Amino acid sequence: MIAQIKFSDVTLGYDRHPAVHHLDGEVAPGALLAVIGPNGAGKSTLFRGLVGILKPLAGSIATGGLDVRDIAYLPQTVDIDRSFPISVYDFVGTGLWRTTGFFGGMGKGAREKIAHALSVVGLNGFENRPIGTLSGGQMQRMLFARVLLQDARLIVLDEPFNAIDARTSADLLDLVKHWHAEKRTVLAALHDMELVRANFPETLLLARGPVAWGATAEVLTAENLLEARRMCEAFDDSASACAVDDLPSRAA
Amino acid sequence: MIYDALIAPFTEFEFMRRALAAVIALSLGGAPIGVFLMLRRMSLVGDAMAHAILPGAAIGFLLSGLNLFAMTTGGLIAGFTVAILAGMVSRSTGLKEDASLATFYLVSLALGVTIVSIRGTNIDLLHVLFGNILAMDDPTLLVIASNATITLLVLAVIYRPLVIESVDPIFLRTVSRAGAPSHLAFLALVVINLVNGFQALGTLLAVGLMILPAGIARFWSRDITGMICIAVLSAILSGYAGLVLSFETKVPSGPAIILTAAALYVGSVFFGSVGGLFRQMFPGRHLEA
Repeated sequence: MIAQIKFSDVTLGYDRHPAVHHLDGEVAPGALLAVIGPNGAGKSTLFRGLVGILKPLAGSIATGGLDVRDIAYLPQTVDIDRSFPISVYDFVGTGLWRTTGFFGGMGKGAREKIAHALSVVGLNGFENRPIGTLSGGQMQRMLFARVLLQDARLIVLDEPFNAIDARTSADLLDLVKHWHAEKRTVLAALHDMELVRANFPETLLLARGPVAWGATAEVLTAENLLEARRMCEAFDDSASACAVDDLPSRAA
Repeated sequence: MIYDALIAPFTEFEFMRRALAAVIALSLGGAPIGVFLMLRRMSLVGDAMAHAILPGAAIGFLLSGLNLFAMTTGGLIAGFTVAILAGMVSRSTGLKEDASLATFYLVSLALGVTIVSIRGTNIDLLHVLFGNILAMDDPTLLVIASNATITLLVLAVIYRPLVIESVDPIFLRTVSRAGAPSHLAFLALVVINLVNGFQALGTLLAVGLMILPAGIARFWSRDITGMICIAVLSAILSGYAGLVLSFETKVPSGPAIILTAAALYVGSVFFGSVGGLFRQMFPGRHLEA
């Protein structure tokens, strides 16, 4: 099978400091991949690079000809102005950007899709509520409804179940599994090992560099997790330029 | 009696009719822009832009006298330059938009004052500072109406990206590249409407007919469509009432319009149905669910 996403020796970071260091690997179409690792391991950075809002410092990320509109991205710290006067219905409707764009009208079909997405995430009756009145869990449900409407082939979820109660995360996890069944590629950054073991066939354990990548059971071993925890979080201000790039061949 | 006070000034005097037409056009274009300025937390940016335009208008005035076209062009060039440079700097570096804008408008202001002082005549410039809505001639009215039309058309095109960028900028960045162009187009609209307003209200008060109605609207509506409608209506109402006030009392027309808007604003702060002080003090019994 042809890989949908291909990381080729990718280094991503800020101000020349790497946050993801020399990552190689491929994600097959339709994969359900959990990305785990300690805080500061580079999970969010990797996702930002993947969806194209952060340029790699070195290497490249190929997304197999996916258009930006084929990627749905749910960031970890959602930068939403909750005081903005927009209703839940209109907000979720922005997920249809791909079909409506700047000017396209919202026909009957579009309205039905929005209503359906809202009922799938359990937000019936919230249509006219301003987004500022939602609780944290309801907000996350609303964001999932928007991802649903984006109808994207690649879905990137950055810590989607943080600070979410058990029932809400169970509901949203069902949605993720549903996407997987529809052969969409789903990447999710997670911290709950039990949840990953039970639901995600494939896992990438990240700690700045990749510690392990493969079947979940083989990745989540005690020694792998211990190695990931040893990662040094702080940037070294006096670090010299990474020499690996200059070597003709590089040891894995 | 009521007819004499409220309608007769406009049926009897052509300059009052022209002033009313101008103020309606200004309201239709400026008030929606004001609502977006407020929602994007850029209210003071509008104020800064008004200062940035002044030197451009002054240069136009010095080059060709009290020529509307030259002053408008000068103002537009100065405003666009400042807006676009500030926008580009804040988007390509980490500097926030307000900080970079402050830098550029101060430079622009200093430059303008320098140029004016070299030529030595700045008395007629007072006209630019305070405007004169009672002296609208045909070309001026035409310019104001065209600018208002352009504003509404452009706003219709960039409305959706503008709303999405205001509420969730990262989402817009991941689905479209329309964010930066529509933001720059919006800044251009701000400049156009400020230049538009300074014919009537002067550079310093022009921003008032954009920001005050937006502030009023915030107290009466929870959704953006309602806010825009209320902002436009309250701008037109302030314009009309301000003209009547100035006709009856000899208060200068520009300040009369802005003071009327301010009165509406104060009333809204107290009695507004969305978060007004009166509502907060007497919220009524809490609901069952």
